[in-house]
Amino acid sequence: MTASTSKFDPRKHVGVHAERVSHVSSTNFPGHHPDEDHSWDLERFAKGLTVKIERLSNRSIEFDLVGVDASIANAYRRIMLAEVPTICVERVYVWDNTSVIVDEVLAQRIGLIPLNVDPALMDMKQSPNDQATDRNTLVFRLQVACQRNKNAPKDTTDPNQLYINSDVLSSHLTWIPQGEQEIVLADNPPAPSNPNIVLGKLRPGQEVDMELHAVKGVGKDHAKFCPVATASYRLLPLVILNPENPVPPHLTEKFQKCFSPGVIRVDPQTKAISVDEEKMRNETMSREVYRHPEFEGCVQLARVRDHFLFNVESEGFYPPQRLLPEATAVMRAKIAHIKRAAETLLNNGDGLGDVEMADV
Amino acid sequence: MNQPQNANPAGGTHPPVQRQDMEYICADCGAKNEIKSREPIRCRECGHRIMYKKRTKRMVQFEAR
Repeated sequence: MTASTSKFDPRKHVGVHAERVSHVSSTNFPGHHPDEDHSWDLERFAKGLTVKIERLSNRSIEFDLVGVDASIANAYRRIMLAEVPTICVERVYVWDNTSVIVDEVLAQRIGLIPLNVDPALMDMKQSPNDQATDRNTLVFRLQVACQRNKNAPKDTTDPNQLYINSDVLSSHLTWIPQGEQEIVLADNPPAPSNPNIVLGKLRPGQEVDMELHAVKGVGKDHAKFCPVATASYRLLPLVILNPENPVPPHLTEKFQKCFSPGVIRVDPQTKAISVDEEKMRNETMSREVYRHPEFEGCVQLARVRDHFLFNVESEGFYPPQRLLPEATAVMRAKIAHIKRAAETLLNNGDGLGDVEMADV
Repeated sequence: MNQPQNANPAGGTHPPVQRQDMEYICADCGAKNEIKSREPIRCRECGHRIMYKKRTKRMVQFEAR
């Protein structure tokens, strides 16, 4: 037997019924179906695996990951959220801050600014108290003072016209290159990825004077290091029409309205109903169709268990299409680590050998 | 009042300030006022008699968390 790669294989369907879901767990493991070989096979896995980009913009991506177990899809989601490294401000040294926003709060706000620095160019500090070097720390200066604008129109009440520097913006951060950073980071000088973030407000006579140290970190340490705004997936919805029990022609419009717009097509002449394969993914699975007794047996709702529709919004350095490859690199590093540990265990033979597992 | 103002252990960008008279900020108009000892406490600009001391320029460290 061969594992079907079609989404219309009923074994892959999570049944969605009026008041419950069925067949939640996958069954494609050895020993479940008699006389079928479900042992893991790289070639078969590679045949069933597809990654397809559905939509890509500057800040977000939608892609399909098909042919993997939920545990793998979930691992990718979690790695994107918590373990793909980014650069963020971690230490703030304040010489002066006479603005109305207190030092602690301003420092926390500054930490949340996404920076457009490639994390691959920097090293991770091994411990928070490590010596800061030009390999692991970026230095920014934030010096802003507010003044009255002498040329402001007489009748204006707009603070932007009345005062100079009435806002502390992320664009006020100036990078101070240290050591070899001038050359290494020359192509893409470190700066906030969005220059218009308001960090605080100033009035004449108030000023802010700080030095900021940015380091490399991961999202599980602090959410500011998270490279994505959101990373989520859902299973592909399926609407399966029953050919033996077609929808009566006078009820087609009502039937169509039970689904999300565009999912159900009605032929204007014959009143025959069909499902739009492209728009089926937009179905909200409201299960409205199950509420009407006249449609009983006409249709079955389901989700495809191994077809994941990812939606990832990127914030900061990474373009959205780079997040999945970055997550893959992190996962490979983890697997290599486990493999090494397992081999150590194997080579020690007696099973008493100590295996060093770092917290990765 | 006669404490030196150059207490900056981190040695940041502020050059050590020479011993000088303290500057205060008028609570009413916000003007800077130099007041020497035994001088009347009165704003030169508006005559207000309440003054604020300036914030220290000493460096303070925070974690951005």
